[in-house]
Amino acid sequence: MSVEPTEVGSVDVEPLESTTLSTQPEPVRMPTLTVRGWLRWAWRQLTSMRTALVLLFLLAVGAVPGSVFPQRGTAPGDVAAYLAQHPALGPWLDRLGMFDVFGSAWFSAVYILLFVSLTGCVVPRSLQHARAMRSRPPAAPRNLQRLPEHRAYVTAAGPDAVLVAAAEALRRGRWRVDVSDRISAVSAEKGYLRETGNLLFHLALIVLLGGIAVGALFGTHGSVIVVEGSTFANTVVGYDSFGAGRLAGTENLPPFSFTLTRFSATYQRGGPQDGAPRSFEADVLLKDDPSGPARPVKVQVNDPLTISGTKVFLIGHGYAPHVTVRDGQGRVVLSSAVPFLPRDGKFLSQGVIKVQDARPTQFGFRSVFLPTASIDPVLGGVSTFPAADDPELLLTLFKGDLGLDTGTAQSVYVLDTTNMAQVAGRAMRPGDTWTLPDHLGSITFDGVRQFAAFSVAHDPGQGAALAAALVALGGLMLSLFVRRRRVWVRATAQGDGRTLVAVGGLARAESGGLAAEVDDLLDRVRAAAPATSEEST
Amino acid sequence: MTDQSFAQLSNGLVYGAMTALALAMFAFAAELAFGTRSRVGRTVAALEPARESVLVGGAAATEGAVGSGAAADTAAAAQAGDPGDSGDGTLHEASPARQRRADQYGGIGLSLTVAAVGLLLVGIVCRGFAAGRAPWGNMYEFSVACAEVVLAVFLLVAWRRPALRYLGLFVVVPALLTLGLAVAVLYVPAGPLVPALRSYWLVIHVAAAIVSGAVFTVGGVVTLLYLLQERWERRGQVNALSRRLPDSESLDRTAYRLFAFVFPLWTFAIMAGAIWAENAWGKYWSWDPKETWALITWVVFACYLHARATAGWKGRGAALIALAGLSCFIFNYFGVNIWFSGLHSYGGLPNK
Repeated sequence: MSVEPTEVGSVDVEPLESTTLSTQPEPVRMPTLTVRGWLRWAWRQLTSMRTALVLLFLLAVGAVPGSVFPQRGTAPGDVAAYLAQHPALGPWLDRLGMFDVFGSAWFSAVYILLFVSLTGCVVPRSLQHARAMRSRPPAAPRNLQRLPEHRAYVTAAGPDAVLVAAAEALRRGRWRVDVSDRISAVSAEKGYLRETGNLLFHLALIVLLGGIAVGALFGTHGSVIVVEGSTFANTVVGYDSFGAGRLAGTENLPPFSFTLTRFSATYQRGGPQDGAPRSFEADVLLKDDPSGPARPVKVQVNDPLTISGTKVFLIGHGYAPHVTVRDGQGRVVLSSAVPFLPRDGKFLSQGVIKVQDARPTQFGFRSVFLPTASIDPVLGGVSTFPAADDPELLLTLFKGDLGLDTGTAQSVYVLDTTNMAQVAGRAMRPGDTWTLPDHLGSITFDGVRQFAAFSVAHDPGQGAALAAALVALGGLMLSLFVRRRRVWVRATAQGDGRTLVAVGGLARAESGGLAAEVDDLLDRVRAAAPATSEEST
Repeated sequence: MTDQSFAQLSNGLVYGAMTALALAMFAFAAELAFGTRSRVGRTVAALEPARESVLVGGAAATEGAVGSGAAADTAAAAQAGDPGDSGDGTLHEASPARQRRADQYGGIGLSLTVAAVGLLLVGIVCRGFAAGRAPWGNMYEFSVACAEVVLAVFLLVAWRRPALRYLGLFVVVPALLTLGLAVAVLYVPAGPLVPALRSYWLVIHVAAAIVSGAVFTVGGVVTLLYLLQERWERRGQVNALSRRLPDSESLDRTAYRLFAFVFPLWTFAIMAGAIWAENAWGKYWSWDPKETWALITWVVFACYLHARATAGWKGRGAALIALAGLSCFIFNYFGVNIWFSGLHSYGGLPNK
C-alpha cells in the first residue's frame, strides 16, 4: 500500500518521485503470462494503492455489523436473547459471523490482506527511500523560469562566488546540497522526513498488529465478584469468568490474593442529579504471595492495582444480602451473603437464593433487593436511592427440585422452577425471620453487605502496542506536515562580465511556504553577491 | 459566586452567543443576497468577462448590449431586494455603494461571530467553575464546546485566508443548530461527574475529540462548497456564491489541509481513549460501538488521504469520501449514543 497523501503538483518538469514505484500495477500484457507472471501480476494488484483503498473500505464497512449486532465477546447474553427473538434470521446471521464480527474469517481476511498489501508496499518503498537518501539531489532543470517559484537578478559577482554562497546558505538551512552540477548550478532538496514518517507510520502499524496479536495469544482476562469480608485468590478456579489466549500459561498465574475489607460508595443527595454516584472505593488487604505479609491498598475506578504485570480494576459493585436459612429439621443449611445483580440506577437488585442442602425438601427464593424501599402504585416495590438507607428484601418462595443434581451447569442468578411450585411471598427487613410454610424451615435476613466486581487482566503485548501507536502517530505527523521540496540556484556568466542568478523552487504539495523559502534563499545569495543597481526580475 | 450562579451565568452566555450567531447568520445571508461583487468576484469578472452573461440569472444579457445589460442588472438587483442601487449601466463595475453595503454586512457577520465565540468561551469557562471540572463531561457540554471550536476554526481560517470568510453562513448554521440541539434536547444541569469519568484522560481524550469534531465539520463544509464550486465550474455556471468563493482547487486544498491537520489529532483522540480504557476497564480495545465507529471514521479518513494520492479518486471522489467520514463522526456522536448501548454511555459504571 502506498501512501502519499498530497497532490502531485501539475508542473511540467520531471516528477519528484520516480513513477516506477513498485506499488503501481504494471501495464497488463494479456497474452503470454506464465504462472510466475500471473503470481507477479497478482502481487502487483494486491500491493496497489487501489486495492489497499478497497480493502480499507471493506474494513470500515465490515466493522459496522460489529456495532449493530450484539457480540459474543462482550455480550454473550444479548446474543442468546437476539437468537431467541429472531429464530429465522438469527442462525443465518450467526453463520455469517455477525455475532463475532471481529473474530470472523471474513473480517480477518480483510485485515490480513490489508496488512500483506501494506507490507508488500512499504518494504520495497523503504529500500527505495534508503537509496534516495544516499543519492544526490537531481540536477537543475534547463529552464528555472518554468518552475512554480522562480526569481532572478543580475550581479557583478562571478558565477563561482554566487554558487559557493548559495551552497553555503543552503547547507546552513539544513538542505541536502549538490554542487557537482555540470551546468553551473546548485541543487538542494529537503523534507525527506516526509517519506521517512510515512514509512515509519506504516511499519508501526505492522508492529501494532503484532502487539495486539501477542496480547490475544498470551494475555489473560478474568472477572470476579468479591463480597465484603471474602477473599479472592488469583487462580483460574477463583474467577467467575476467565479467558486466556491460546498460548497463555494459566497454571502459574501470579500467586496474589486479596480480601475485600470494605467497599464504600457515595451518591449525590438531593438536587437534579439525586442518586448519581460520586465515589467508589474498595479497601483490600493484598498479599503478593500466599506466605507474604498483607498490606492494605485502595482500588478505585480509573485507578487500578498493578501486581507483577497483572492489573486489578474495580469495574462494578452491588449488594449481597446476608441470609441464614434453616431447613425443616432445624439445621442451618445456608448462611452467607448472596450477590444480587443491580438492575437500575437506584440499585434495585435481583438475585436467587438456592437452598440445596435443605431436608426433607429443597427450596429456593426468587428475590428482589431494594436498598431504599418504596412502594410505587404502578410498579410495586421500587428503590428510590442507591444507598442502603432503608433496605428491604422481597422473597418469593419455591419448593421442589432445584435441578442442581442433574449435572448441568446452572447460572447462580437463575432459579429453574420447572420442577418447583410457588409457595408464598414476603417482604423482609434486616433482622426479620420468616418461618416458612409447609414446615420447610426458616429464613433470617441478617443484614446487607456490598460486593465489588473486579476485572483482572494481563496483556504482555500492551507495551509494544503503545510504543507502536506512539511511533505511528509521530510518523503520521511527519508524513502530513513535512513538505518535500527542491530548490536550484544557477549562475550564468553574461557577456558583460556580470552574472545572471536564477533561483527556482518546486514543492510536491502546494507551494505556500516555498515562496518564502525561495525569497529567503535569494536574500542570502544577494547578501553575498549584491545585485547591480538596475533590476531584479 | 456560587456554583449555581456560575451555572446560570453560563446558560445566559450560551443563549447570548446563540442570539449573536442568529444575527450573524442573517448578516452573512444578507452579504450573499445584497452584495454584488466582492473583490474576488470583481477579479474573476475582470478575468473572465464571458462568464458575466450567465451571471445575471440567465437573462441572456450579452456583452456590449448595454441596454439589456442594464435591464438584467436591474432585474438582478430587484431579485436581491435592493432596487435603489442599480442602473449604473455597466455590467462589470459593481456599484460601489452596494459593494460597501455588502462588505458591511459581511463585517457585521464576522464581528457577531467573534462576539459569539467570546460569549461561548466565557460560558464554557463558567460551566467549568459551576461543575468544578473540565466542562465537557456530557453531551450538552460536548456539543457547546464543539460549536465553539467550529466557530473558532472558521475565524482562524477566515483570518488566514480572507477569501474563505464567505464560508460564514455555512459554518454559522451548523454551529447554531448544534447549540440549539444542545440547549433544547441535551441540556443537563451542571454537576460533578460519575466516578467512571473522573480522570485526567477525560480532559485529554474528550478535548481531542472535540477539536477533531470541529475541524471535521469545518472541513466538511469546505468540502461541500468545493463540490458545488467544482460542479459550477464544470458547467460554466456563475452565481452569487460561486463568484465569492475561491476556485474549486483552492477549496479542495483548504479542505485537505484541515483534514490533514485533524487526522493525527483524531488518531491521538482514539489512542488517548484506548489508554484511558486500559486504565479504567483493563482492556485498551473492547470493540465497544463508540470505539468501533471511531475506528470506522478513522479508516474512512485514511481512505480519503489515500484517495487523494490515487489517480481517478482525487477531486470529487476524495471529497465524497471525506463527507462519508464526517457522516461517520456525526453518527458516532448522535447515533451511537442514542441507539447503541456500550461502555461510553456517559452514565454510571458499565453494567456487569
